[in-house]
Amino acid sequence: MAENIRVLVAKPGLDGHDRGAKVVAAALRDAGMEVIYTGLRQTPEMIVEAAVQEDVDVVALSILSGAHMTIFPRVMDLLRERGVQHMLLTGGGIIPKTDAEELAEIGVGKLFGPGTSTRDIIGYIKEEVDRRRVADEI
Amino acid sequence: MKLLDRFLAGDRTALSRVITLLENDRDRRSAILDRLYPRSGKARRIGITGPPGSGKSTLADRLTARFRTGGRTVGIVAVDPTSPFTGGALLGDRLRMQGSWDDPEVFMRSQADRSHSGGLSEATPYAITALDAYGKDVIIVETVGVGQSTLDVSEVSDTTVVLLTPESGDSVQAMKAGLMEIADVLVVNKSDREGAALFASELKVIVDMGRWEEGWKPPVLSASARDDTGIDDLYERLDAHADYLSGEGRLQARRLRQGRSAIEKALGELWQGRLTVLQDAGDAMDRLSERVAQRELSPLAAAREMMDKMAD
Repeated sequence: MAENIRVLVAKPGLDGHDRGAKVVAAALRDAGMEVIYTGLRQTPEMIVEAAVQEDVDVVALSILSGAHMTIFPRVMDLLRERGVQHMLLTGGGIIPKTDAEELAEIGVGKLFGPGTSTRDIIGYIKEEVDRRRVADEI
Repeated sequence: MKLLDRFLAGDRTALSRVITLLENDRDRRSAILDRLYPRSGKARRIGITGPPGSGKSTLADRLTARFRTGGRTVGIVAVDPTSPFTGGALLGDRLRMQGSWDDPEVFMRSQADRSHSGGLSEATPYAITALDAYGKDVIIVETVGVGQSTLDVSEVSDTTVVLLTPESGDSVQAMKAGLMEIADVLVVNKSDREGAALFASELKVIVDMGRWEEGWKPPVLSASARDDTGIDDLYERLDAHADYLSGEGRLQARRLRQGRSAIEKALGELWQGRLTVLQDAGDAMDRLSERVAQRELSPLAAAREMMDKMAD
């Protein structure tokens, strides 16, 4: 099982509701992960820069504003530009099933709706990180 | 291209991966350091330490901006504590360090201390080496919120800044051994708060009574990092301290001390490593623990037995 899993939890967009992001951040911490919390009003550029510098395994975004069809693809593009394909991009919010399917096609991971148990999120992250970690040749 | 070649070509993603390997991969850590260590040693290392909530991250953010205005590139390592119960950590320093997020000459890394004592992570000195070898001019190291006996930062810094607030306690607290003794510069942050001027003047009295190196008495400065006041003053004092160090082989003397302490730490790491690979170490430990618990053997004698075992 992968050790020292690092997760960036960020809240893009302009709405100020970060309770969900904080609950998830605390749950991941209590599951033994290292959680980098960057707070509210993050642009995709800020998120990807932080993800690269922190070399996280997972980027988890909380999006409640309805802007998910703009933000997830943009973050995905920027991650690819920076050559970090191994990172899992996931998140949560109020996201219609058809949108989630469309996002899955461009490589976005599972998206979690309201009422999801944090245990499901933790299990999903552990499984994905195990699968995705790459060994660099030095 | 291989990772270290990309690192040496200035690839930021590679820098980040290298730091991760230095943190996680005990087997390859040594090989990576062999390549990077000879390229390090040029950067100025500034440690920032102080109690929880004293404003270390905000100060580091403002100081970074000031160094950038001065034309210097900056690397930051910020350490937060790991829970000894779950192994997890919430790293929140980035929250207050977003002033230079889009500046490609600033690289900031959060580290969990992974239950290493001393206010830093075991891998913090390695992250510093990586940032230094990468070519950063200044490296700012921010410790976990510390009390009186977590002083590792002074062993990796050329200049140690101790940050206090008017609420940091009365002057008697400050006189206790530890924090005060590693300070090259003292800053009373949140200086707009009540009692700040009095606290600063009390600190000055304590500094006057203390011992300090010939030629450098730690200044007591006032700042409000949130309002960006006092940062220019701090910046100038840091430069003055760098000038002071550059005279009469003082920096060389500090680096010698740093080297010695780094070797001692690495020795501990190697012993620890031996312990984990030694086939029957676990059994031996179980047996010895039992004898220690029965008072047949002192812990020191048991440790000596383990050491003989590992030396074989």
